[in-house]
This record gives sequence, structure tokens and C-alpha cells, in this order.
Amino acid sequence: MYRSHVLVCGGTGCTSSGSQKIQEKLKAELAAAGLTEEVAIVQTGCHGLCALGPIMIVYPDATFYSMVKEEDVHEIVTEHLLKGRVVERLVYHEDKAGEGIKSLNDTAFYKKQHRIALRNCGVINPENIDEYIGTRGYEALGKVLTEMTQDEVIDCILASGLRGRGGAGFPTGKKWQLAKNLVQDGGQKYVCCNADEGDPGAFMDRSVLEGDPHAVLEAMAIAGYAIGASQGYIYVRAEYPIAVERLNIAIKQAREYGLLGNNIFGTDFCFDIELRLGAGAFVCGEETALMTSIEGNRGEPRPRPPFPAVKGLFERPTILNNVETYANIAQIILNGPEWFASMGTEKSKGTKVFALGGKIKNTGLVEIPMGTTLREIIEDIGGGIPNGKKFKAAQTGGPSGGCIPAEHLDIPIDYDNLISIGSMMGSGGLIVMDEDNCMVDIAKFFLEFTVDESCGKCTPCRIGTKRLYEMLDKITKGQGTLEDIDKMEELCYYIKDNALCGLGQTAPNPVLSTLRYFRNEYIAHVVDKKCPAGVCKSLLSYVIDREKCIGCGACARQCPANAIVKTDYIGEGKKLPAMEIQKDKCLKCGACMDKCKFGAISKK
Amino acid sequence: MKSLEELKAIREKMQGSVAFRSDDSNQTRVVVGMATCGIASGARPVLTALSDAVQNKAVKNVAVTQTGCIGLCQYEPIVEVYEPGKEKVTYVKMTPEKALEVVDRHLIGGNVVTEYTIGALAK
Repeated sequence: MYRSHVLVCGGTGCTSSGSQKIQEKLKAELAAAGLTEEVAIVQTGCHGLCALGPIMIVYPDATFYSMVKEEDVHEIVTEHLLKGRVVERLVYHEDKAGEGIKSLNDTAFYKKQHRIALRNCGVINPENIDEYIGTRGYEALGKVLTEMTQDEVIDCILASGLRGRGGAGFPTGKKWQLAKNLVQDGGQKYVCCNADEGDPGAFMDRSVLEGDPHAVLEAMAIAGYAIGASQGYIYVRAEYPIAVERLNIAIKQAREYGLLGNNIFGTDFCFDIELRLGAGAFVCGEETALMTSIEGNRGEPRPRPPFPAVKGLFERPTILNNVETYANIAQIILNGPEWFASMGTEKSKGTKVFALGGKIKNTGLVEIPMGTTLREIIEDIGGGIPNGKKFKAAQTGGPSGGCIPAEHLDIPIDYDNLISIGSMMGSGGLIVMDEDNCMVDIAKFFLEFTVDESCGKCTPCRIGTKRLYEMLDKITKGQGTLEDIDKMEELCYYIKDNALCGLGQTAPNPVLSTLRYFRNEYIAHVVDKKCPAGVCKSLLSYVIDREKCIGCGACARQCPANAIVKTDYIGEGKKLPAMEIQKDKCLKCGACMDKCKFGAISKK
Repeated sequence: MKSLEELKAIREKMQGSVAFRSDDSNQTRVVVGMATCGIASGARPVLTALSDAVQNKAVKNVAVTQTGCIGLCQYEPIVEVYEPGKEKVTYVKMTPEKALEVVDRHLIGGNVVTEYTIGALAK
């Protein structure tokens, strides 16, 4: 029995900011203080507040330490764990003047959250199956196998209103029902998990796999029972080494306990899971491409129908759900579909996890009930935009989604509302942009991504996205015409209608949504040859205000292109002649502006 | 594992340990003074005895934590019990044996062990 548990975050965010070293140091310090028998170290998954990592939480008093460094560990052990005095200087402060916040649940970041998919992340040790069982883990599987029929399980999921968390929002229960009712010849069916999370800035699935891998295994077994499958595959990116390792450990432990394998809980039900590692192709997150890749072929999509529920993996009926979808399943079985359906909006039930990133104070992972507004997420939970800048837009859905401008900040977030304003839920990446972001440049960034990731199988996507990118590039260089904008829009609709898979069909969305809300920025690039946000280099020029310049020459020494020279002009009260930037030589790197102490250099 | 009973056994074994990591403001806090004075007069065995007993007996909604010097060094080891909505109870000159009595009679039974409180000693 331990009198205190010290939770150290072992998610990818905190690991890269050094949490492993902190764990080792903690172990050594506890041994030195003779506390090894009294204090347990628990490595957990992601707590969500990645901006403040490495994170450490001390129970039973739930003291929340943020940005812990190796050299702080000694003080935490001798002061807090030995003498019971909280180390105030390491406790999280929401604002500098205010009192430190001792408990994680008291922070504005957590207060509005409701954690279902992330309920165990940051609470249990993901490498210990017993801890998962201690939070009612595998109880849902037991209940399903011994008390419920296949149809009862499917009805339960249907009644909960759960929709696919991968982004498209197809009702999960309906997917299962389709696959279950296809009793072709009593042969093999498959359950797959899509963990090929590829949207730039999204890491919800990674955190669930790292923090609570058994929740996914249990849900897949439940799905297997519901549709009559005995084999499952998890398709996970090889770029998620910690997630892969914890999944492997979890599968091994579940097999040892007989929670995977033959005759689970003494019933006739047999189910096993294998991992398949993806090599980092974005298109493999598309369901048909993912299954083609599991089969051992090059990851390319194929036309639908037939849908995977009819003819999927190895041409057999298959269901494919996203990690976050699975993370909700056991909770729905245990707490009942009414409980789940009581949260959210009319057509979107439950909660959704978002990865907050970009120009926001609290970057990290948040889980909110559907129907929460974007304003609440950005201002209350995310802590607003740093450096007093103004909010411009939020991007959801990654390269498939679109921008949400300030005028729609108060729209309740759910699948249908986001589509109605030209974006989409997507897997949950949420990138916040401020006045310093150029919307044309953002559209170009996402198009560059899709051009790279297009598999090349169908022409609209292979050539269409490339042409779109070229037009955007032209515009950001100040060479675009108004006709280009119209052509671009036409091409967008053409690609949307004709591409083979979801990747191509949604690739024009970033262009369409920025055109819809920020057309004036496009016009500014084309007509005025100006980038209002000051991002597009070709449209910028740096100038020296000769009245402010004292002629010290610091800028000229800094200039890598020797583009700054002396003029003949000596300003009033100045001793030296003012400097000037030669436009033909200037690289627009901005080094001179950073160097000038007198504010004489500006960009236009 | 082949049966639901075995799963249940593991769950019950682990529940105390995982529930330990809850952050419920309605819980009773049992605080042991663990400054130099407290440690010197034997607060650590008291703290571990309390913590073990609470987890072993799966007493619900009780957190055993520690604090620094309260200023009554001559009465150490001191254990204070904060129940939501009730007045604080201060036990003084504690031992592991007395601590176990407090768990059984006060935390589980709901009756303050008057003879160990500071009030009884001051008389």
C-alpha cells in the first residue's frame, strides 16, 4: 500500500520535454529519502495540457505541478512528499497575479471539459492492465458476452446516437448493423481500427492509444462480438512509437488474462487483435486505402460501393472505426445509451476531443460536450490568443476542412453545424489563427500537403490539386489575376465532384472556405498586390524611415545580402546620413528590422 | 482469466488504489503533520498506518495527506480530520495503534474519538 501516488505524464508531448528523465530522477530521490515503500510512481498517458509539460500530479491531495524540471525533483521529494509542504513555485498559475492553482480540476482548462474518451488518460498507468480493470475495465465486455445478444449490443450503440469520430460522422451502430446482417456464408468478418491519424496538428488518437490502450482493445472485442468477427486489426502509424509500444504491451497482457484469444469469459466467443504499422501515407487514413494496405498492397483507395461493411478487408464484411469512436463504446455499454444521448446536441451526441494548436495559449487536448461553442473552447478552455492579438479564424478538419471566421464563433459545434458553415468536424484538429496569418498562405499550405499526399490513382486529385496549388502560388507571388480566382473556384467544384476518395473530394475545402470568408484577402493579393497580414514575401517590402534613422549602420552589418547602403540625407538633429534598402538586392528576411533599435525599419 | 469472478476480484483489489486518484472536494481529508517536529516524534508510521488502513478497508471519500508544522510541536504527531461541513477535529500525540482506532471509530463509525483530541489533553 502506498500513501501517495506521483503521476508523471508519459504522453508524447511530455516525453519530448523530458518526463522520462524526471521519472528516473524521482525514483532515485525517493530511494534516497527512504520513501520507495510509501510513494508510488505512476507513468500515465496525456493529461491534455501539453503546453505546460512535463506535468506531475501528486495524490491524494491532487497537487498539480507544471513545467517540472529535473532539478526541481529533489525539492518536490524532500518538501512535499517527505514533509507535506507543497512547492508553491512549481504550482500552476493561471495569471501571474493570482494565487497558484493546486488542483488540475480547478483550472479553467479542465472546468468546462467532460472526459469520456479521455477519462483514463492521465489517471491510470497504461502499461498495467490491472489499473484499467480497476476503473471498470473489461466489465463491459463481460456484460456483453454473458448478458446481451448481438442485436442488443447494436441497438444499444444505435440508441446512444454515437457517430464516427474520424470526421465523417456516420452512425456507428448503423455501420455495425450492416456488417452483422450480412451472413453471407458464415465465414470470416473483420473489425478494424483506424489509428492512422494524419491531419497536421491532430493528436487525439495518439493520446488515447498512449493513455488508455485497453479501452480500444475492449471496444474492438465488443464490436467483434456484435458483428460476428473473430479477428481485429489496428492500423497505426509507425511514427507513433510510444503508442505502438503500449498497444503491444496491452495486447500481450490482454492475451495473458484471456481477454483476447479463445473462449473469452468461458463463452464460445473468440477474438484476437493484430497491429499493422502504416508507413506514413496520409491516404491510408481513407478506409479503402487502409484496408488495401493491411492486405499488403500499395495503399490506394478503390471506388465505393461496395462499402467495407459488405466487401472490405480481404473482400470480407468489415467494420472500420476510429480510435476515439472505440474509446466511447465500453462507457456506453456500462452507463447505458440514455446517459450518452443526454449529452450533446440533437443530432450529435456525446463529446468530442479536439487537439488545440496554433495561436493559442493552452495548446493541448480537450474533450468537450457536443454543442459547446468555438468561443468557449478558444477563450475559456484555450486561454485565448497570446500577445494580445486578434482572433481571425479557426481551422477544423485539417486538409479536408475549412476555416471558421470570427462571425461564427458562437455556433454550437456539431457535425451538421460545421458542414453548414463550410468546414467539417474532421478528426478533431483545431488550429487557431490570428491577424498575422495570411488566409491565402494557409490555403496554399494545405494544398501543398494534399499535392504531396495524393496517391495519384485518379486524375482530378493528382492533377487538379497540383493546378490549384500553382494558382495559389501565383497569387501569393502577386502574379495572379481576378480570372485566376474564378478559375480556381470552378476547379475546386470539379475536383470535389470527380475525385475517387475522400482525400480528393475534400482537398479543395481549404480553398473554398477561405474564398468564402476571406475573399477580400485574395483580392488584395491580386489587385493591390499586397498581403494584408504581411506573410507573403514576394508582396512585402522593407523600408527605412529616414527621419527616424540615426545612421548607426547596425542594419547594414546584419544584412546577409549587403542590400543596405548609406544615403546622402542627414536628418534634422542627426549626425550621420540615413540608411536605405536597395529593393533589388533585398531578400526580405527581416533581419534588419529585428536589429534596429530605433524602430526606423518597417515592412509594408 | 476465464471468469467474470476473477475480473471482479482484480477490480476490487485495484479500485481502492485507482480511486485514490480522485479529486473530489466533498471528501474527508485526514492530514498528518509531517514537519521536522512531526517526523522526529514518529509521524511517519502514523501516516503509513492511516493510509494503509483507509485503502485496505476501502473507506470511501477519505484522503490521507500530510502537512507541515502547525505550531503545536509539543503535541506531535498531530492528525487533523476535516469533514465537509463539520468542525475540524485535531488528534494529538498519535501512534499507529491510536490511528487505527481513529479509522475504525471516527472515519468509519462517525464518532469522534474524544479521548485522543487536543481538547481532552488540555484539560
